[in-house]
Amino acid sequence: MITKRIIPCLDVKNGRVVKGVNFEGLSDVSSPVELADFYSRSGADELVFYDITASVEGRQIFTDILKEAASKIFIPLTVGGGITTLDDFERVLKCGADKVSVNSGAIKNPKIIGEAAKKYGDQCVVLSADIKRVDGKFMLFKNGGRVNTGIDALEWIKFGVDNGAGEIVVNSIDTDGVKQGFDLEMLEAVCDLVSVPVIASGGAGCMQDFVELFQKLPKVDAGLAASIFHFGEVAIDELKKELRNNSINVRI
Amino acid sequence: MIAIIDYGVGNIFSLYSSFKFIGKDVVLTNDERIINSCSHIILPGVGAFSDAKRKLDESGMAQVVKEQVKSGKPMMGICLGMQMLFDKSFEYGEHDGLGLIKGSVQPIADVIPKELKIPHIGWNSLDITKACPIFKYVKNGDHVYFVHSYWAADCEESTIATCEYGSQLTAAVAHENVYGCQFHPEKSGEVGLNILKAFCEV
Repeated sequence: MITKRIIPCLDVKNGRVVKGVNFEGLSDVSSPVELADFYSRSGADELVFYDITASVEGRQIFTDILKEAASKIFIPLTVGGGITTLDDFERVLKCGADKVSVNSGAIKNPKIIGEAAKKYGDQCVVLSADIKRVDGKFMLFKNGGRVNTGIDALEWIKFGVDNGAGEIVVNSIDTDGVKQGFDLEMLEAVCDLVSVPVIASGGAGCMQDFVELFQKLPKVDAGLAASIFHFGEVAIDELKKELRNNSINVRI
Repeated sequence: MIAIIDYGVGNIFSLYSSFKFIGKDVVLTNDERIINSCSHIILPGVGAFSDAKRKLDESGMAQVVKEQVKSGKPMMGICLGMQMLFDKSFEYGEHDGLGLIKGSVQPIADVIPKELKIPHIGWNSLDITKACPIFKYVKNGDHVYFVHSYWAADCEESTIATCEYGSQLTAAVAHENVYGCQFHPEKSGEVGLNILKAFCEV
């Protein structure tokens, strides 16, 4: 039987892992390769490397780190951050990425979704959307969750899937960093809309939040988090035991 | 030395790295002499069947692979590389495969309930149906990583493992010296590395 996936996300800046709360106030955490290896050995099902550098040198360091990670860690790797063109896809896939996640780059250039899906397959294209409620509507944000695009987030996700996005990451800005649980209402709206895998992101504070996520929304395929794993508040191996104790099928 | 067949398809970085990681000499090549001198062959593949098969044919590698298999050398096809081992594929039309194992490649959509997502993506458990040397270090129920929308059908005789996804889908096959994994051993953590290790010992 297919299992629910637990995915730690490593935000990488200048060669180090950082994590912001509500996408601001970054603090240094650890070495990405060490952390990735540790997570892989703890039972992480997949890893996300998110490149939050903007400089050319930073990008090179990131690519080197990705390569090093991919030569030591043999679980699926997704790479995001600064992906705007097919060349960006090519650059990270060559270094061992399996999937590429697009966010602001796809808002700037929506054609990239279809072009990449055609070239690398739907399974390779992950659409990551930063979503926040504005006047009771789910709105799409960009630039690390700072700028309201004025686009209806659900319409955007539908567009993405229709054009070949093979997986959706739903980042709730409203619950990110708050540690009071995933945004079940937002996730349910997305699950009802699409038939590709949906990954929940933003809001996990404890193991129970993951149990609740998979019990209340069986259509959600994976839970993604960063700081609670980085700071050791939730250990992945224990989380998976807890999920299994609650009859949620996971890989142990 | 392990030869990974280079015919211009897909992303072999992890596959190459995983052999290095388990301490095996490995080369990515389309040079017949080098392939000849290798002990084991890996046929990788991602993407669409017809495109990959055309590249395999045009590069001359289809012929080389067939001859090597005939000579008795162990070969493993991975993901689309496994699907190409069969007689035919029905992915967007009808295409001939390498014909090394009896069976055909068909859409998962035909055999699973509508509410299940396609592609079948994620970690699923192996139901080992037949003992095989490549499972030497693997237990029944171990998890491996799948990403696919098509599956190998009508290949019961060569099936060595299945996985449950609304239906029992073919997960791995073996016929004489030819092996195939629908899943990605190079992305399946320690279980996957152990399958590659066992293959190298065949």
